[in-house]
Amino acid sequence: MVTELQSVDDVRARLAQAAYLAGESTALVSYLAAQLGKPVLVEGPAGVGKTELAKALSRATGRKLIRLQCYEGLDEAKALYEWNYRKQLLRIQTEATGSGWDDVRDDIFGEEFLLSRPLLNAIAETEPVVLLIDEIDKTDHEFEAMLLEVLSDFQISIPELGVVEARSHPLVLLTSNNSRELTEALKRRCLYLWLDYPDVERELEIVRMHAPDLAGAVARKLVEVIHEVRALDLKKPPSIAESIDWARALLLLGADDIDEAVLAKTMSVIVKHRTDLDVVAERVGVKLSSDGIFGAGRQAG
Amino acid sequence: MESSGPGDRQAERAAGFATRLLDFADELRSEGMAVGTSELLDAFEALRHVPWTPEEDFREALAATLAKSPEDRRVFELLFDRFFFRAVEEAALEQGRESEHFESGEGGNLDLDSLRHRIRAAIREGTDGELRDLARLAIAAFGREGEGSGVIGVDVQRIRRTLGLKGQSGDPQAQTDPDAVPRDRLREFERHLRRELERDQIERTEQLPPAKPLREFDRALPSNPLQDLAAVHRVVSQLRRRLATRGHEQRGRRRSQVVDMRRTLRASLETGGVPLRLRYRPKRPRRPELYVLCDVSTSVTSASVFFLSVLHALHDSFRKLRSFVFVERISEVTDVFEREQSFKEIAHAIATDKGVADVSGYTDYGRVWLEFYESVVDDLDPRSTVIVLGDARTNGREPHAEVFARISERAGRTFWMNPEPQLYWNYGDSVIRAYEPFCDGVFECWTTKQLEGFVNALTELRPTAVTP
Repeated sequence: MVTELQSVDDVRARLAQAAYLAGESTALVSYLAAQLGKPVLVEGPAGVGKTELAKALSRATGRKLIRLQCYEGLDEAKALYEWNYRKQLLRIQTEATGSGWDDVRDDIFGEEFLLSRPLLNAIAETEPVVLLIDEIDKTDHEFEAMLLEVLSDFQISIPELGVVEARSHPLVLLTSNNSRELTEALKRRCLYLWLDYPDVERELEIVRMHAPDLAGAVARKLVEVIHEVRALDLKKPPSIAESIDWARALLLLGADDIDEAVLAKTMSVIVKHRTDLDVVAERVGVKLSSDGIFGAGRQAG
Repeated sequence: MESSGPGDRQAERAAGFATRLLDFADELRSEGMAVGTSELLDAFEALRHVPWTPEEDFREALAATLAKSPEDRRVFELLFDRFFFRAVEEAALEQGRESEHFESGEGGNLDLDSLRHRIRAAIREGTDGELRDLARLAIAAFGREGEGSGVIGVDVQRIRRTLGLKGQSGDPQAQTDPDAVPRDRLREFERHLRRELERDQIERTEQLPPAKPLREFDRALPSNPLQDLAAVHRVVSQLRRRLATRGHEQRGRRRSQVVDMRRTLRASLETGGVPLRLRYRPKRPRRPELYVLCDVSTSVTSASVFFLSVLHALHDSFRKLRSFVFVERISEVTDVFEREQSFKEIAHAIATDKGVADVSGYTDYGRVWLEFYESVVDDLDPRSTVIVLGDARTNGREPHAEVFARISERAGRTFWMNPEPQLYWNYGDSVIRAYEPFCDGVFECWTTKQLEGFVNALTELRPTAVTP
């Protein structure tokens, strides 16, 4: 059941129902994307919920999610469409005798022999969908250029068939880790959304939502520790997903406080590099043991 | 615009908001953001769909359509505040309104200590509104002695000092001063002070100060050691990621690819011997052998912190990299970078035990070339790239450009990154001109953008495409 988005507040409420707590700008940009029919380019550090936003939007609007995961060397045959060569060959071979080339040519370049890939699927769907183009920065410039037609006009030209136009208007999200600068042309066609790590209060809400059984005081301390860890200069700072994992791990272990020992035991849930582990143990662990900054009076909360 | 009469002003107001937004876009453009007509149309379109009386929504809607990278967003925020603040002030001036003052009656009665206390508390955990009110109170109480110094920045600092506000030191271990307040909150308070002082000034003089372009410095690399090292790291980690994916992205399909016959034939077996799919030989990205020489003398103190982090990033990305630091003489620090992973350790090691042989503390480029040439002459070959990070200030000593020429002849490519703005080149004891003819590129390098230009040149596949 596809539902339309009414207002910014409506978007936020629905995303919350779909277990995604959207910030002000996230809700606003999502709403604009639906209203203006423009793709959204979502950038931000790894693990702040860029992909999750697309999934939540699909849940919130009841649209189907079509995902195109980008990687180096992705080309139109994998993203748009491809002719089913084998089937065409078979077709030609069964017809080999008798019929002229003209008959066969008209025949083998029909929709029957077309293998459609995510982008063509998204456009050809009769019900509107959410199209997620994940990690667009992993592809090369050529692929980006090819996307332009799809993203601005929502159509795909297939030389042998003509132009396939969108039957419905997909909600498009492109995500990027900013590992390379995207071209101006692509950016120009998109709305821009920068997602950053949430502040303590909002991340606390997120953790509570996903691990509701964790005691309030522990959850707060957990989020504070995570923020402390992110402030360090690490190879890979912990993502939101990892704070949720950590909360669940603590729940399983039945921990009722986070002290140096608990941190040492469970640290590998949030920190995934050997050198990072040392840094965190040294800088954050010590503070936990002396109970310096992590709220002495907060135990009551 | 300033000279237009009140009648024109009214007409302009009627044309209204659209013109304002266009003016705003013009300012954004003058700061180097690419704001196209299509983006502006999007912005107008977006504003039709959101309620834009709340500032947040208005700002976000504009940002989503106009600012399309984190850097653009930063410029946008700076300008947005300034532009719309000015717009409001201008309107207030015309209508002859004045904001209510905290008259000296109240200010005078306030005792200084309680004000200090309240401000400190508010900085720790007050709302934005509270901070603003307290900033006004502080200005009313002892902000202007006479008319102040006339320079807002000076007044802000004077008030801060009078209030005895101190930022916490960056080192979390050294939490000794109980009076210190979080640094970013303090900055917030200063921002309010500045804005309120500005407002006062506008009311007093009844005109707007001319709009200045954002100082380039605000957007340049944080080269001042007093500024956050973290900012340097952010830039460099971005650079590192770019370096890591560079070369990969070239590996996609390119026009001039070579067909791999063997693999094509194999693939054709699937389609009954008809070679429907061509297989190409993979492209090998150029893996340059790098020699990096980094000036760490006092004349480039500010830049060398940054250069060291660049070196650090390069070490992560290039396997064949030898790095050298120099002041008066040169010393190789490749093993320091290979042994240590954390930047802090490296900086420490270089600053102390691995220290450069440094007698006078003055750079001697000539001597550095001689020593460098001695030590690596046998390893240099046309596939190697030499990068020099320095200001080419020889302190009046012999530049030995002919030795540098020999080095650049042996090496495939030679680049120079100069942390000084081009304006200062060849003034005083800068002898960059002597070296320039022997470099494949000399780059001014003190902003992120310039650094990126350099990285592009460095990893370019075709050496001929490199231009300074």
